[in-house]
Parts: sequence; C-alpha cells; structure tokens
Amino acid sequence: MIAIVKYNAGNIRSLINALVRLGIEPLLTDDPDQLREAEKVIFPGVGEASSAMAYLRQRGLDQLLRSLKQPFLGICLGQQLMGSHSEEGDVACLGIFPEKIKKFPPLDKVPHIGWNNFEELKGPLFKGIEKTDDMYFVHSFYMEKGPDTIASTDYILPFSAAVHRENFYAVQFHPEKSAAVGQRLLSNFLEI
Amino acid sequence: MLKKRIIPCLDIRDGRTVKGINFLDIRDAGDPVALAKAYVAQGADELVFLDITATVEKRPALVSLVERISVEINIPFTVGGGINSVEGVAALLQAGADKISINSAAIRRPELIRELAQNFGSQCIVLAIDCRKEADGWRVFTHGGRTPTGIDALAWAAQAEALGAGEILLTSMDHDGTKQGFATELTQAICDRVNIPVIASGGAGRREHFAEIFLQSNADAALAASVFHFGEIPIPSLKQFLTQQNIPIREARL
Repeated sequence: MIAIVKYNAGNIRSLINALVRLGIEPLLTDDPDQLREAEKVIFPGVGEASSAMAYLRQRGLDQLLRSLKQPFLGICLGQQLMGSHSEEGDVACLGIFPEKIKKFPPLDKVPHIGWNNFEELKGPLFKGIEKTDDMYFVHSFYMEKGPDTIASTDYILPFSAAVHRENFYAVQFHPEKSAAVGQRLLSNFLEI
Repeated sequence: MLKKRIIPCLDIRDGRTVKGINFLDIRDAGDPVALAKAYVAQGADELVFLDITATVEKRPALVSLVERISVEINIPFTVGGGINSVEGVAALLQAGADKISINSAAIRRPELIRELAQNFGSQCIVLAIDCRKEADGWRVFTHGGRTPTGIDALAWAAQAEALGAGEILLTSMDHDGTKQGFATELTQAICDRVNIPVIASGGAGRREHFAEIFLQSNADAALAASVFHFGEIPIPSLKQFLTQQNIPIREARL
C-alpha cells in the first residue's frame, strides 16, 4: 500500500491522479499505524512552511515521519519541510536533511515557475531520465545544495532539485505535473 | 535553464470548447478533455481553460470539468473566467486545477488578490490584465476589451504583485485577433515593472511572432488560441523553430 501523508498543506488531487495512471490506488492518511505499515510513503505539499510545521507538530506527525523506515518521497513543500530550517516563517523543519531552505534572492523573477532541467543527476530515482529532461517547478524558496543533493538545478543559483539520505528522497519539482518524464520518476520511486 | 512556455488557451462554455477545432484527429472536438490530451501529446507546456459561460447557474459544471481534466492531464493547467471568491477558488484547486486566473473581480476589489494569495499561495494566483494603448500609456479594460476602467496597466501590475499575484497573463486588446504579432513593447514595459513571470497573449499569427516576443521582451510564456486550434501553427514545428533561434524550449518526450 502506498500512503500519502494527509496534512494541511495543499492540493493532492494531481498526485493521486498521477498514481492512479500508474495503476496505484494510494491511501491518503494521517493515521500513525497506517503510515508505519505502508510499503512507501509520499509527502506532498503546496503551502506555507511554518503553518505546515505547526500542524505536523500538534499531531506528533513530525516525530512519526522522521522515524519511518520505508522508501519516502517528499515533493515540493514536502521536500522543504524535510530540511533543517526554512526562512519561510523562520521555522525549524523535520531535519531529515541538514540542508536549509532559503528564499530566492530577487535577482530574477520569483517564483521560479516553469520547466527546468538539471546540472547534475544521480541515483535510482532518475533512472532513464537525462540532465536535459525538464521537470515542472513552481516555488519561491529552495533547498540549498549539500551532501545529500542528487540533482541540482540552476535558477538564480544552483539549488537541490532532489536529495537523498537512507530511505528518504525528496524533490522540489512536481513529477505529477511533469508529463512523461515526471511519470517516469514516480514509477522509479515505486520500484525502489 | 528555465524554458519559455507555449500555452494553448481553450475557451469553455457550458463545459464544452467553444471554437470549432478541426485539425486534431479526435472524435469529439467539443470535448475539452480530448482536446487537452491532444495538446499534451503535441508538447504544450501548460494549458489555460477560460470559462465564458454566460449564466452563473451553469458555473458548477466547471468544477466537474476540471476534475475530468485533472484525471487525464499531466501538465499544469490554469482555470479562469468569472472567478470572484475564496470559496470558488478552493473548489477549483481541490478539483485539480494548478492555478486560477482572476480579472474583473480583482479590479472591483483588489484585496481579493491578497486573500487568495494568503489562502492558497501566490504560486497559484494568476492576474489576467486586458489592456489597450491610449495617448498616455496602457489602460486596463474589462469585458473583452469593451469596458474601460481608466486604470494604468503598469501600475495595476505592480499593485497586483504587491498584493500577492504570482504571475501575470497580459493580453493586448490592440493585438488580439489581428495575427500581426504580440505586443512586445507593452510586454517588456510590464516585465520592467514587476518581478513575477509574465505570459504574453494576443496577436500570434506566425511562428516568427513567438520568436519576437521571446527575443524582444522578457516574457516567460506565450499564449495563443486560434493558431493552435486551427492547426495554422502546429506546436511541434513551432518548438523546433524556436529552438533553432536559440530560445530555450522544452523538448517533450513521450
């Protein structure tokens, strides 16, 4: 069973639809037992970091998510919440990754909206995906590059488009909105 | 590198596409879902659905259409037309829309932009601006360019950004329907004024017009309707042409 973490951030309809297109019927849940027992967990999110963290803490979901052992994929705000700290609302995040979340300096248009490719790329999440392939991004904050970076994208500055540590994976872009290439990434995650 | 986006726009009335679309090999050219799928296959980077349903009573049909689109489409799409409340936006986003565009309602009450941005995030709030050139600058119009508001387009764009709009969909009513090219001067004036992405709309007639708007302004995307619907400019050949001009364009992989 593939579980999607249910919380106060965002719109998960597109993610559910993308998984259904891959033949998966995901379970949307915030039940600790169901999340612990899931074969894989996806942590999506569109919204604001400090209110999302407050919601997770109130329900003890912050500790639970950190303790999970199965393959885990954060998407967009989900990735940012997995970092150590976010400048959005100046909030401590889950700390699964030591990398910090910062606001883009206004040297170009913010938010970063649209299709962008990669400077570097590695690991099983990107099997069959090339540096020249584009994914769809929409964000104003970014995860800095660090030891966990498995894909970087350059917009204003190079940032972590994807990170990996142990069972935890996270991507800044929206695979569920990134046409065939995004579908491939989701299918790669399901095979991990 | 961030790519320049090519965006077909579909007009919807009572859940059906309005303009006859006669080049794509699809069984029901009035079905927005079938059309949208065909555009995805052609390599469109994003889609805009503009609801021009005349009567308010028939509007709920839009939410169920958005649900159907979201099931079938794996690229981002924006929904616009007559949206005027936080509740209305919530319903469309929950149905699977990625962004919503607002126009007249924001002119009537600019605070709506701030309310929507606070509730849903700037990234999904597109402000549509329809304008015409007048002696002293560009002025905002509503109702398809018929009703003047007297508002200065550049000042309105800046105000909308400050209120939380995440993107501007800019239509030059002077160029719309002429097929003589996009409004490069206007588009660049808006780009100079704001630091959010700008979608240029109105005037596309040939592939060269898309190259012009991207080379002569900082537009992030170009939107068109009839040249795509009637097959005058097939998206694959347009993208190939723009790539040859060294404009960064996404190569769609199937």
